[in-house]
Amino acid sequence: MAKAKSRDIRQGRLDPAQYLENFSDLHAPLGQHEATVEADRCYFCYDAPCMNACPTAIDIPLFIRQISTGNPKGAAQTILDQNIMGGMCARVCPTETLCEEVCVREVAEGKPVRIGLLQRFATDTLLAANPAHPFKRAPATGKRVAVIGAGPAGLSCAHRLAMHGHEVTIYEARAKSGGLNEHGIAAYKSTDDFAAREVAFILDIGGITIAQGQALGKDISIDQLSSEFDAVFVGMGLPGVHALGLQGDHADGCIDAVEYIETLRQSDDKSNLPVGRNVVVIGGGMTAIDVATQVKLLGAENVTICYRRGPEQMNASDYEQEVAQTHGVAIRHWLQPRKILTDANAVTGIELEYTAQNGTLTGTGEALTLAADQIFKAIGQSFDAGPLEGTGIDLDQGRIIVDENQKTSRDGVWAGGDCISGDEDLTVVAVEHGKLAAEDIHKTLMG
Amino acid sequence: MANLASNFLGIKSPNPFWLASAPPTDKEYNVERAFQAGWGGVVWKTLGEAGPPVVNVNGPRYGAIWGADRRLLGLNNIELITDRDLEINLQEIKAIKKRWPDRAVIVSLMVPCEEEPWKKILKRVEETEADGVELNFGCPHGMSERGMGAAVGQVPDYIEMVARWCKQHTRMPVIVKLTPNITDVRYPARAAKAGGADAVSLINTVSSITSVNLDSFSPEPSIDGKGSHGGYCGPAVKPIALNMVAEIARDAETAGMPISGIGGITTWRDAAEFMALGCGNVQVCTAAMTYGFKIVEEMIEGLSNWMDDKGHADLDAIIGRAVPNVTDWQYLNLNYVTKAKIDQDACIQCGRCHIACEDTSHQAITNMVDGLRKFEVIDAECVGCNLCVNVCPVENCITMEQISGTDPRTGKSAELPYSNWTEHPNNPSATKTAAE
Repeated sequence: MAKAKSRDIRQGRLDPAQYLENFSDLHAPLGQHEATVEADRCYFCYDAPCMNACPTAIDIPLFIRQISTGNPKGAAQTILDQNIMGGMCARVCPTETLCEEVCVREVAEGKPVRIGLLQRFATDTLLAANPAHPFKRAPATGKRVAVIGAGPAGLSCAHRLAMHGHEVTIYEARAKSGGLNEHGIAAYKSTDDFAAREVAFILDIGGITIAQGQALGKDISIDQLSSEFDAVFVGMGLPGVHALGLQGDHADGCIDAVEYIETLRQSDDKSNLPVGRNVVVIGGGMTAIDVATQVKLLGAENVTICYRRGPEQMNASDYEQEVAQTHGVAIRHWLQPRKILTDANAVTGIELEYTAQNGTLTGTGEALTLAADQIFKAIGQSFDAGPLEGTGIDLDQGRIIVDENQKTSRDGVWAGGDCISGDEDLTVVAVEHGKLAAEDIHKTLMG
Repeated sequence: MANLASNFLGIKSPNPFWLASAPPTDKEYNVERAFQAGWGGVVWKTLGEAGPPVVNVNGPRYGAIWGADRRLLGLNNIELITDRDLEINLQEIKAIKKRWPDRAVIVSLMVPCEEEPWKKILKRVEETEADGVELNFGCPHGMSERGMGAAVGQVPDYIEMVARWCKQHTRMPVIVKLTPNITDVRYPARAAKAGGADAVSLINTVSSITSVNLDSFSPEPSIDGKGSHGGYCGPAVKPIALNMVAEIARDAETAGMPISGIGGITTWRDAAEFMALGCGNVQVCTAAMTYGFKIVEEMIEGLSNWMDDKGHADLDAIIGRAVPNVTDWQYLNLNYVTKAKIDQDACIQCGRCHIACEDTSHQAITNMVDGLRKFEVIDAECVGCNLCVNVCPVENCITMEQISGTDPRTGKSAELPYSNWTEHPNNPSATKTAAE
């Protein structure tokens, strides 16, 4: 029958060696010479714009100067002082919309100092030296803090708390720590198991215990933790994903992008992943870019991202869009999904409708059909408010409300990372939340 | 096309760019390549007495400092005079001069401070048909420990004595190469003139230690864990050289004596500056040792283009032009008032002007205007010091502008006529003027 032939989903589309090449570092790290040349480009600005643009306020001019004077380990210390995940942030930060966007060299020549790569050079140099953990713990305070979620926010918070002498227990629903660093971001941004190595480095400070397989609302509750610990930090991330809300949402081949990316990240042999010949990705954020680019790298022939608004509204930066495009992904704007086409409950294509912005976003009525063996849903992750019901933790638009110190409406509970409202969903932002919360928890506990 | 032909002490060369006495001029092979590349002349690397030649260290002989992107700013060396046999050098000099009659070939000399050795070697050099000699009274390392080089150059009486011997014993023009390792370069220059020397060349290298190895605690370059001071050259020494040249050019006793300028000359612009301060020609070494002989193409081309643009027909039109403008501090116009001006369109907002002024100077540049990052000069605080201009990474973004009207800093007129320290009321020894 035609329906069987029309779908083409296969594993192992590429030669084995090709997978290794495709999933190696997106940007090769800087060598010593490149780092020195690049560091020399920094003007050591006063009240540096890059530093002000960094959510964790890393002293960028100082660490670059340390690299230029042959002191990369000192540079790493400067970075880690402010951002214990400086290594991962060097890999995943959208520097083009943060530090590098405001670099005065970007203003002057359109070529910013490559701050992200320099940060990676410094932190990689330190980690490669396998040093004693660069932070010392303060004398034990006898205080105990529970952290929910071993993602960037939770780990950052735990590290800073441990540094101040508190004992921390992290409750993590998954078998592996690291949160989106381990499960979410594209594989070519975190090669050589970097996320796991960074977690090990952070835990090296001591005083942090991780209880894996402990999910909020199932195995643990806010009330229980509040009674057992002196303080609680919630860094639970966004466990849910939005659905398209169309018929065929659950058809074979209609895939949750976050889940697929996680499977991809966790599989040692990328040739095992099923990949369609024709792939459509719905969404406009980093997840859409990451899944589209990686599916292309797995050997899909035609990969199209469809986004319902224009390029300016995409959450993915221009640079990220460019990464996808140079890998051969087509990005089409002003298209919203209308109908998933199936045959025997298996995806065969998608019908989209052109959109226009006339005050509100409206469909024009004109349709477009794209053949698809796989459709990836990347239209955002959602908060699971269930476990917080009745805890006295207030939410805004489905996410936790916090004050400037990351404190929630419930006494003794702080929160940070993607699960709070009103901030960007970035690793670097989550790290800052964790750090701020830890400082405030410390202040509160030591009163 | 401007005429770059140079006539220095009657020694003609197609351009004023000579290679200084140094490793690039130690052998026929190198000099041949230099002349092929277009250099106007060479000063052959210093010859010593006949007999067993000096020996050099077999470890590293150069040290350096670098700027951004490892651009070589300063080089130091502990190499001695030529370590090749005198006879071979003389044969090669003769062969070169014969093949390149239109190029200047000068021979640098350093023999013990006695009349006989000088007399002897001058005769030998004359036989090569070389155009002149340069007396090496400058090298600060190695040979100075044996009473030669800078050891002579630091004693004006010796300079005069040896110069006199040389003028007595040869028909060739005699250039005395001066060391900068003295307190006042005018004294050795006057001595050279008194001894009858035809010209001086300067500067030789500056005594220096470029760096210390922080693992072995040895100075660099390190020879088996020990280091010795070397002679420093390259772009870093240019300002020192320019000043010394100017001091000689404007000294009443030595004014008009031909000068061959040396010291960090890297571009046509450097050469033009030395010539403007009174040098009849220039000698280059470090730039060639850094980039090879080809740089002379840029020097010739660049000097020529600049002269054409400015309407200077030949070298005489530029030589010494800046000398009258070199003066003592006491004669500078104290009524000349400037303020820094920042071109906001060119400003890239690095803020270095602000922090330099704020931390280390006069608190005369803002960092914020109406809540926005903006760097503006506060005229009421600006003393016109030029520090901001010098630390700004963008050329011509900050300029020093003469002001008119009233200086908001002092409340005094900025349009008063020329007046200097010798007339200033705060100067106890000021000459009282009628107005006061």
